[in-house]
Amino acid sequence: MKYRIPTTLLLFLFSCNTIFSQDSTLMKMMEDSLMTGQKNMYVTGTFKGIHIINLHSIEAPAKKELIFMIMHRFGKINDGEYQFFGLDNATMRMGFDYGLTNTVAIGIGRSTFEKTFDGYIKAKLLRQADGSNKTPISATALLGIAHTTLKYADKPYMNTKYRTQYTAQLLLARKINRNLSIQLSPTWLHYNLVPTVADKNDLFVLGMGARMKITKRASINIEYSYLPAEQIKSFKVYNSLSAGFDIETGGHVFQVHVTNSQGMVEPLYMGRTTGSWSKGDIYFGFNISRSFKLGKKK
Amino acid sequence: MKTKLLLLVLLSIGYSNANAQLYITKTGFAGFYSKTPLEDIKAENNQVVAMIDTDKKLLAFSMLLKSFTFRKELMQEHFNENYVESDKYPKAVFKGSFTGVIDLQKQQVYNIQIDGTITLHGVDKKISIPATIEMRNGVLTGVAKFQLVPQDFNISIPSLVSDKIAKLIDVEIKVECNPKK
Repeated sequence: MKYRIPTTLLLFLFSCNTIFSQDSTLMKMMEDSLMTGQKNMYVTGTFKGIHIINLHSIEAPAKKELIFMIMHRFGKINDGEYQFFGLDNATMRMGFDYGLTNTVAIGIGRSTFEKTFDGYIKAKLLRQADGSNKTPISATALLGIAHTTLKYADKPYMNTKYRTQYTAQLLLARKINRNLSIQLSPTWLHYNLVPTVADKNDLFVLGMGARMKITKRASINIEYSYLPAEQIKSFKVYNSLSAGFDIETGGHVFQVHVTNSQGMVEPLYMGRTTGSWSKGDIYFGFNISRSFKLGKKK
Repeated sequence: MKTKLLLLVLLSIGYSNANAQLYITKTGFAGFYSKTPLEDIKAENNQVVAMIDTDKKLLAFSMLLKSFTFRKELMQEHFNENYVESDKYPKAVFKGSFTGVIDLQKQQVYNIQIDGTITLHGVDKKISIPATIEMRNGVLTGVAKFQLVPQDFNISIPSLVSDKIAKLIDVEIKVECNPKK
């Protein structure tokens, strides 16, 4: 009997303990259901902007979000002292991007380069997600059209048809960790008019891009488009390579970069880049975007 | 024999206690509001997990920060990416106890005092706040309104947007808990 009382007491204490631990076990179970119960834990912020530099990123404006964007490129650095290393010249593209739904967005733009109008539709097909519906990558499709209106005195035959180019792009991206995101963009370009018969009207280009966050609100971006050889023969065309820096503050994204492309629309930079990094045909430029939320306040 | 009987009785008391006074929900509400002349920010979460033990007067709340929805998606993204860093710290948790006399047999709103620890953005902070609790038709409703300071949780606000985010963030919690079966 002497030994039994302490045993009983111990057991009693133990039973009390189980009551407490039962609470915390229950809480843990409920918390777990919190995590797994989330069907679509979308990974956000794969890229800060809707463009990595020139290349469209998988990001698009959300429903009823309007983004006003100015893309600006100065002249070539190797223009020399007289042109103040390119700063005397500039081309720019002004664009509006708008989210029709949370997955479909449209955009229009006007570039001073070749006096080009452009429009596109972008649809998020797949979104990278954690939770029970795990999805490893995001996929966005983009269809674009570009129309140049620059008048050529020597080419009076240039009609609407000849001046139009098309883009179809699949954007595949993965946010590997909180800082690093990568993107691959197989692209098909169609030019209604090419300089000579030796040049192809349909080009295949592989675009790629990455961003590495260096602080919470700043990142280093790089992008490259690989144009397989033998597609353009009548003039020397280079792969577009750009590198830059993103800073985000509230609804603004500032991007500063250097690139060998002057055009800012797919047919103009992916298949018509004539600048070469090695020769110093480098353009300094920036993108500025501002987001506006339209629609009634709830 | 007697000991065994006593043990059985004690264990059964313990067991019944554990079951009878637990109230839980998975669809509690949490909202926070920041009001400044430049910008009003509102974020709400309807997937708060809560547990209230009326016998031992203990409470626990847990929620995923990603489940907060904002009017502006960009704000929601910034909230998760730059402020609470929900990829590193996915949850906000409160664990504590309350004091105050309550009689669950009566349909009456009782004022209680809650003491406990909030864990947010990897920081633990002790808080003491008033709240109300009410039993109606078998549903236990708890409501609390209080304020939090982002800097207390190592959440820094850049000077560029500091005019757009209130120094004190209003927080509202409302849970309707059912007895655990």
